[in-house]
Amino acid sequence: MTVLRVENVTKRFGNFVALDKINLEVKKGEVYGFIGPNGAGKTTTIRILLGILKATEGRAEIFGLDAWNEAVKIHQNIAYVPGDVNLWPNLTGGEVIDLFVSLRGNVVKNRRDELIDRFDLDPTKKCGTYSKGNRQKVALIAAFAQNADLYILDEPTSGLDPLMERVFQECIREVKDEGKSVLLSSHILSEVEKLCDKVSIIRQGKIIESGTIKELRHLTRTNVKVVTKQPLSLTDIKGVYDIQAVEDEISFQVDNERLGEVIKYISEYEILALESKPPTLEDLFMHHYQERGDD
Amino acid sequence: MFDHLQQTGALTCFIWKRDKVRLLIWVLGISLGTIVLGAVYPGLFSTIEEQLIMAETMENPAMIAMFGPVYGNHLGAIFANQLLLFTALIVAIMSVLLVTRYTRQDEEAGRIEMIRSLPVGKLANLCSTLIILTIAHILIGLITSIGLTALRIETMDLTGSLLYGAVLSITGIFFAASTAFFAQRAETSRGTLGYSFAFLGLVYLVRAAGDNGTEILSLISPLGLLLRTKVYVNNHWWPILVTLLLSVIVAYFALMLNSIRDLEAGFIPARPGRKHASRFLQSPLGLALRLEKTTIIGWAIGMFILGASYGSIFGDVEKFFETSDLYQQMLPAIPGYSLNEQFVAMLLLITAIIAAIPVLLTILKLGAEENANRTEHLLARSVSRTKLIASYLSVAFISSILMQILGVLGLWSASAAVMEEPFKLGRLIIGALA
Ligand SMILES: Nc1ncnc2c1ncn2[C@@H]1O[C@H](COP(=O)(O)OP(=O)(O)OP(=O)(O)O)[C@@H](O)[C@H]1O
Ligand SMILES: [Mg+2]
Repeated sequence: MTVLRVENVTKRFGNFVALDKINLEVKKGEVYGFIGPNGAGKTTTIRILLGILKATEGRAEIFGLDAWNEAVKIHQNIAYVPGDVNLWPNLTGGEVIDLFVSLRGNVVKNRRDELIDRFDLDPTKKCGTYSKGNRQKVALIAAFAQNADLYILDEPTSGLDPLMERVFQECIREVKDEGKSVLLSSHILSEVEKLCDKVSIIRQGKIIESGTIKELRHLTRTNVKVVTKQPLSLTDIKGVYDIQAVEDEISFQVDNERLGEVIKYISEYEILALESKPPTLEDLFMHHYQERGDD
Repeated sequence: MFDHLQQTGALTCFIWKRDKVRLLIWVLGISLGTIVLGAVYPGLFSTIEEQLIMAETMENPAMIAMFGPVYGNHLGAIFANQLLLFTALIVAIMSVLLVTRYTRQDEEAGRIEMIRSLPVGKLANLCSTLIILTIAHILIGLITSIGLTALRIETMDLTGSLLYGAVLSITGIFFAASTAFFAQRAETSRGTLGYSFAFLGLVYLVRAAGDNGTEILSLISPLGLLLRTKVYVNNHWWPILVTLLLSVIVAYFALMLNSIRDLEAGFIPARPGRKHASRFLQSPLGLALRLEKTTIIGWAIGMFILGASYGSIFGDVEKFFETSDLYQQMLPAIPGYSLNEQFVAMLLLITAIIAAIPVLLTILKLGAEENANRTEHLLARSVSRTKLIASYLSVAFISSILMQILGVLGLWSASAAVMEEPFKLGRLIIGALA
């Protein structure tokens, strides 16, 4: 079942094209990663989904309802955490959490206090005195204290320390286990890799890659380290890149579709040790940037 | 439509909760202040003659331009003439500041984004802002009318006092609506404040021009129109109704624009900025000037217009002084100074006070920058605290001189056009800077 669908959405600010016909689809129970460099258009996409920006063209739907026209109905069942949480300086964290919770309803009993505990927040302090991370905790607690079918999170951990990041990851796993969906925009690739089933990569307002992390890996290169008995030269082999030799160990990257061929070729030189690693999301990311960065 | 208004009630309570002290200070300050003034007013005039003299004093073009027309010479009429317009101005300023605070400023700070991500209608925040201000203004009106009636001053009866309060309420409501409208057009809170104050100034000046001649101008200006209630004299209610209708229309347009626009966007888009900082901007002095540029230019234009509008009435004032025996007796000529020059001295004092506002704003800006933790960036970069403060103070100082000179230039150029024997510009400037 589709929870969220973005179809050919374009957003222009004056002459500037912030989003260029992008498509996204999040299904029930999925944790969907949304990654891209600064200024790629992640926040813009999310704001269109929240119905606070109007798409210039295209359709954005949540729960089958139009994101702009039926925002109020949609928002009853979604929770949102922005990357930069701004609160009223003269209210305490606890007051703000209660405000958000009461405006939405759907509270899970005792959940609020449990979360305040887990995120280690002092709710009696005024928001004006909170650090960035603490303001983010306020929004996270308000988001997870309620039942929602879809969680939209825009770089929610950008101010959290590693310990709190872990609490956040636990929360995501819990809602995922309950069959809820999550759209998570992030710069932290290890986080996306750990949490997400599917990923879309956006760059300069265009989605340049979408799919499961496994599928995306296939699009790139594998890291290989090899030690052979006979001296080996790979410089003329197709699909091999970035060759480095340290003493007798050679490391290189190889296009996935050529992996078999290359291994076969190497085996003729009597392999003593072989290590191959799938690309990390980071490799994938860099791969896309460098490739597209040239044009 | 109903969808757009969801949770308006909850947000109204929320505004009250987070800002009740500020709201109460405005409401009680304005209404109790008026009542206290009403209580001391009868004591100002020990004889009927003094009262009549005051009424005649107010009835000259300069005073009319400042305070509005005089409709009678009893105590109630004088009270309304001297206080109503200025109290209405304060109420209008309250509306401009508070509406901007609850709308654009919250939006700019990214707080509305959180609210809008909840099941809250698109218009709920703007609506709750208008509701809170309407309630506040009605309270101001009610407390004022009840208080003034309770003073039991013969010429200040219940109907008149109710009307007095109603004028204050409706002025506040009208400027709340107009500020709500400008908050949709402009993209920032400073822009909203700029447009709204410019509008308020325009409304005031158009009335000043209208009150001294072209009646129709006064009817166009809401402030002028509301003075046509002739409080405590004729007690007309129709200007209240007309302004109320006008407010509803303006508020409707504000809501309509709000419902179709993007969050954090306006209909007058901000121009794209520069890619690199000019050499000038790369010093703290340059930065201070750059940040204050719009404010300074805006005020400079305002000062010139203000000066010019005072200057333009000099022709009338001159004639008036010649014909009014009473005036000549009242202001016994200080040897060596003509009446006109004494009047000019008074005006220069007023422009000096007004010119001090932008200076104050510039200094306050340094405080705001510090609160927003932006001075940290400078102080962390080998800019000493003294140098930073000195830059802001010098901007403030230079702008204060500039404002004065512009005010005087406006005054002189307009008065030169209407007077037979114009002032010497040099003398005016020296007087202004003293
Ligand atoms: N209101 C606006 N007017 C003009 N341009 C805008 C506006 N909002 C965003 N942009 C531009 O649209 C582009 C996309 O911005 P967006 O905030 O969506 O990026 P992002 O992917 O969230 O980046 P980050 O990772 O830094 O948060 C940027 O180039 C930004 O400058
Ligand atoms: Mg962003």
